Amino acid sequence: MNHKRMTTAAIAAVMALGTSAASAELVFPSLSYRTGPYAPNGIPFADGYADYFTLLNERDGGIGGEPVRVIECETGYNTEKGVECYESTKGEGSLVYQPLSTGITYQLIPKATADNIPVHSMGYGRTSAANGKVFPWIFNYPGTYWDAASIIVKHILSEEGGDLGGKKLALVYHNSAYGKEPIRTLEELSKKHGYELTLLPVDHPGQEQKSQWLQIRRERPDYVLMWGWGVMNQVAIQEAANIRYPMDHFVGVWWSASENDVLPADDGADGYKAVAFHGVGSDYPIYDDLRKYVVDAGKAAGDGSNLGTVLYNRGMYAAMLAAEAAATAQKIHGTKTLTPSQMRDGMEALQITNDRLAEIGLPNFGPQIQVTCANHGGPGLGAIQQWDASAKTWSLITDFVSADREVVDPLIAEDSEAYAQENSITPRDCG
Amino acid sequence: MFYRESGEFKTTYVDDQQIFPIRFDRYSLFVILAFAYLVVPFFINDYWEKSVLIPFLVWSMAALGLNILVGYCGLLSLGTGGFMAVGAYASYKLMTAFPDLNIFFVILLSGGVTAGVGILFGLPSLRIKGFYLAVATLASQFFLVWLFNKVPWFYNYSASGQITAPERTIFGIAVTGANSPSWATYLFCLTLVVLAAYAAKNLTRGRIGRSWMAIRDMDIAAEIIGVPPLRAKLSAFAVSSFYIGMAGAMFFAVYLGAIEVTEAFNIDKSFLVLFMIIIGGLGSIVGSFIGAAFLVLLPVLLKNIMVTGLNWPTDLAQHIIFIVIGGLIIFFLIVEPHGLAQLWRITKEKLRLWPFPH
Repeated sequence: MNHKRMTTAAIAAVMALGTSAASAELVFPSLSYRTGPYAPNGIPFADGYADYFTLLNERDGGIGGEPVRVIECETGYNTEKGVECYESTKGEGSLVYQPLSTGITYQLIPKATADNIPVHSMGYGRTSAANGKVFPWIFNYPGTYWDAASIIVKHILSEEGGDLGGKKLALVYHNSAYGKEPIRTLEELSKKHGYELTLLPVDHPGQEQKSQWLQIRRERPDYVLMWGWGVMNQVAIQEAANIRYPMDHFVGVWWSASENDVLPADDGADGYKAVAFHGVGSDYPIYDDLRKYVVDAGKAAGDGSNLGTVLYNRGMYAAMLAAEAAATAQKIHGTKTLTPSQMRDGMEALQITNDRLAEIGLPNFGPQIQVTCANHGGPGLGAIQQWDASAKTWSLITDFVSADREVVDPLIAEDSEAYAQENSITPRDCG
Repeated sequence: MFYRESGEFKTTYVDDQQIFPIRFDRYSLFVILAFAYLVVPFFINDYWEKSVLIPFLVWSMAALGLNILVGYCGLLSLGTGGFMAVGAYASYKLMTAFPDLNIFFVILLSGGVTAGVGILFGLPSLRIKGFYLAVATLASQFFLVWLFNKVPWFYNYSASGQITAPERTIFGIAVTGANSPSWATYLFCLTLVVLAAYAAKNLTRGRIGRSWMAIRDMDIAAEIIGVPPLRAKLSAFAVSSFYIGMAGAMFFAVYLGAIEVTEAFNIDKSFLVLFMIIIGGLGSIVGSFIGAAFLVLLPVLLKNIMVTGLNWPTDLAQHIIFIVIGGLIIFFLIVEPHGLAQLWRITKEKLRLWPFPH
């Protein structure tokens, strides 16, 4: 018992040290993972997220003149650590949580709703949170997994001349809440378009996929879709290359499409496709500022080598959307300092136009966004990007197209209503 | 001076056989319990609840359970994560199928369901021993996790396979769900763990516990003197799984509120609990608590010192935590192979003799 008491006392002392922070700034917690099996994906995202806020602080003195403070907390993609991070940072005036993990997002949905702190799960998390009537505090603009699934099928349709009757599609997915998300949509779409769907789960962390790819080699599906993350992506692309599967018939979700995933397979990955909700590369004016104010000034979160990679861009995009929402909230409430609920109002009124994107230095980087009270899932637009192994670059090969709303919207309504019923939530009125 | 038997005169058998024969021990336990019940609930906040106290209590419960099996009965098990998953899914199914059932009974019943599953997977222990049994229980770990991920009935056909605990109350106060006050969930878990620890201590002091220990020390000799191995081994599996099932139910319903089986109950959890009891002390109730505190609270403490206190980068801190915890495990195992509980036991012996050690 002595040990226990000593430990408790020591924790008490440290906690007392830790909780005396000032709150005259805008606090954005970053629940990152720079360790563990998913670190290669977590690091560039966290760097991009932190660097954009550093840029705002250095160049503009923060958002609306109010400095930004990013609190980083290591989750290791682990749910329990994620909860610890949430509890330890929420008292610091945290404005919005972006956990970059479907598991942690599911944890935070009820908790953050009870604590009145918004969560932005950008292109991940619970898809039906797009229904703002049931999930007032949760946002997942600019697109959801179900949009992604539908956009991929749309792309395949256009490749096949509009008819998928009798075609075979296989889904290789991370056997977790994240990987299972698109299944329902793909099943609905298969009813509509008449293709046959094979499901191939891959267990965490995904190094072992021999049997799945053996099955693919045997059944030769016309297209393979992938919902993977971390090391699973690299292994899948390598395996696909090994069995000489045509790479332009292999399409991943936006989390299975970073440089880390395709580089190990070298030339074998040439032609691999993925859906994307923002632009690629570092050919945007904002990178001049990032280099000038952040990287060259030695203030970058990482070593600066990740600039322009897909996940760095995505982290930066997430930070940009958060900053724009904060600016919107400042305008709505006429105040510089924000509370989490004011931030929520800002997110719900967020509007990103092409002009605004150009102003920020990211012209045509992503689709225009208009968040509303009822629709927290954004426009649900996506483009297809393709990997060029000789140039080692991604490029967008289609325009941003919309998902099949006829299929996706009823699914969102159905799932969110089930959630509302289970948790006795009365959907709010959005006028 | 005051920490010794001499001068305490026992006049009844009941007095003579109590758990803590020394008055000072008894009073310190009462003081600790009084502190835990009467002081902590007034100062607890969300952080202390969700990051320190509830994880500590839940893992203590799991360690208690595994210690009965490994520490007292000598049956090595690597199926803890799977059994915790049984407890969690049993509580989920019970909570959703019987919304009016009190959460206290839900947790107990989940323990009961797990006990049944534990007996089933304990059957091979009658034939195989030691490392071979560890491999057999490893199979249960993988099978159970696979089962809960594969069969949609267990997660009520939800799209993502996640299970979420609905809100349940005791005396009108929520103890599960996001709106439950910190003190309520803490007191709920504390009560369960205190009851469980008291029951475990007495079980191990009585006939059943002695038969477990006889089996552990030498099963053939035990059988010859009349300890039935079937009953002893299976009762150890049942009781152990009951505790682990309750821990799993608390882990899901009270602590996290939403889980997904592959992430929450993977093989790491089985090893974590096994390390807890090895470091804390095999065959020791207090050792289960010390081991849980060591492996659950120390990382949180180190993280707070390095990240919040010293402002070090989070990834550096995380790597140092791995090194420090690993180093400490090796250090303690070399210095005291019988676990931290043994250190505590030695300290008590020294205290008894102090100040005349010879």
